[in-house]
Amino acid sequence: MNVTFTVNDESVRIDVEPRRTLADALRDNCDLTGTHLGCEHGVCGACTVLVDGEPVRACLMFAVQAEGCAITTVEGLQHDGALHPLQEAFVDHHGLQCGFCTPGMLLTAVHLLEHNPSPDRRTIREAMSGNICRCTGYQSIVDAVEAAAQRYPPGP
Amino acid sequence: MKPAAFDYVRAGSVEETVSVLAEAAGDAKILAGGQSLVPMMALRLARPTVLVDINRIPDLDAVRRTDGAVEVGALVRHRDLTDQTEHPLLAEAARWIGHTAIRTRGTVAGSIAHADPAAELPVVALATGATATVIGPRGTRIVAADDLFVGPLMTTLADEDLVTAVRFPLPSRWGFAEFARRHGDFALVTAVTAELDDAVRIVLGGIGPVPRRATAAEAVLAAGGTAGDAADAAAQEIDPTGDLHGSAAFRRAIAAEMVRRALAGAGIGQGRA
Ligand SMILES: Cc1cc2nc3c(=O)[nH]c(=O)nc-3n(C[C@H](O)[C@H](O)[C@H](O)COP(=O)(O)OP(=O)(O)OC[C@H]3O[C@@H](n4cnc5c(N)ncnc54)[C@H](O)[C@@H]3O)c2cc1C
Ligand code: FES
Ligand code: FES
Repeated sequence: MNVTFTVNDESVRIDVEPRRTLADALRDNCDLTGTHLGCEHGVCGACTVLVDGEPVRACLMFAVQAEGCAITTVEGLQHDGALHPLQEAFVDHHGLQCGFCTPGMLLTAVHLLEHNPSPDRRTIREAMSGNICRCTGYQSIVDAVEAAAQRYPPGP
Repeated sequence: MKPAAFDYVRAGSVEETVSVLAEAAGDAKILAGGQSLVPMMALRLARPTVLVDINRIPDLDAVRRTDGAVEVGALVRHRDLTDQTEHPLLAEAARWIGHTAIRTRGTVAGSIAHADPAAELPVVALATGATATVIGPRGTRIVAADDLFVGPLMTTLADEDLVTAVRFPLPSRWGFAEFARRHGDFALVTAVTAELDDAVRIVLGGIGPVPRRATAAEAVLAAGGTAGDAADAAAQEIDPTGDLHGSAAFRRAIAAEMVRRALAGAGIGQGRA
């Protein structure tokens, strides 16, 4: 089936089987391997992308469902080679080690800060609770989001 | 690619959905938020040969205040519930469902139709005496929540049925309490109490195959008993099974405490009788 959508403001048209998830389509058809796949059933949050501005598990949506949608992946966060403030904050505050969970963490946090520019730590924890990290520990991730909130809103 | 192959139909209308479902005679599934169905397809616990995507059907996403109730369309997402103020019990319950990225996609009707024994909205549906508008090959009918849930992931809905809306009566007083191991997890025990037309319903979720009314506890309250008495009665009348998340005795104790908290939240049974 043909499907057309935009990824990071670029229009793409791909031909996929209906059973191909959006996550697989982004990785394999669009060569955007920043979207990671952990559990592939909605639990870990690694595959979280923004679809029309809303955080969505890309492993629980089929690519054919994205017809006409605007998708943002982690590759779309940097601007002209400069990291997004959240990405900088993750570096500065040791918000990642292996980086496997980081794309999902970043997009979840981007959505949070767009809707709530100055969240308290509790709100940050609540918003990030659907994203699992196996190495860093959540303190430094919360630190990073908190620090980025202070530099907002130079958004993506 | 983990799911088995299927034909994809992007339905443009309720009528189209119903006719595709009828034609497939049980091999088709409705795809709403996909937050329960797609994981089941990834695990190949579900292998529909046709998937009818209802997400693009117009006019199914309204939250409407009607006479003494709030009616939500089939495409109202959990997030829309947390954002609305017409039905505070629904808003509170929806906050306990999963995480942000689950609530942006998952739908109210999908949750009711899926009937997970630990899900929040079926408990609210039973507690408020909700009714679903169902369209099938033989026309439209109204199904009460009391007649809907028959087992884990099992309802009285047929494979060809589409829920177009769910109507939740507005309780005059209500309380919601839940215990889960981690924030966003499915509930170990959910207790919801709702007062409608002066009758108080108490419903427990997570303690058995379907949400269950604690009728003995309701009777204790009706006879003037306290919330504490009702909570004890509820713990006695249920028959929870133990699993790796908690023993039967533990669930019984937690159920009593959740009933106590739900009644406290509602301000019901608080005076010394
Ligand atoms: C990580 C994770 C955590 C979760 N945590 C919770 C939680 O804490 N509490 C909770 O309650 N749920 C939880 N869920 C499930 C979530 O609430 C789902 O959104 C919900 O169970 C199903 O709604 P859906 O719209 O996604 O339905 P789908 O997955 O699209 O469909 C589910 C089933 O319902 C049928 N169906 C859907 N819509 C209709 C309709 N209109 N008419 C007839 N049949 C229909 C489908 O055919 C399918 O059989 C979680 C899910 C995930 C992935
Ligand atoms: S890979 Fe999608 S949530 Fe884990
Ligand atoms: S940085 Fe390794 S999983 Fe989070």
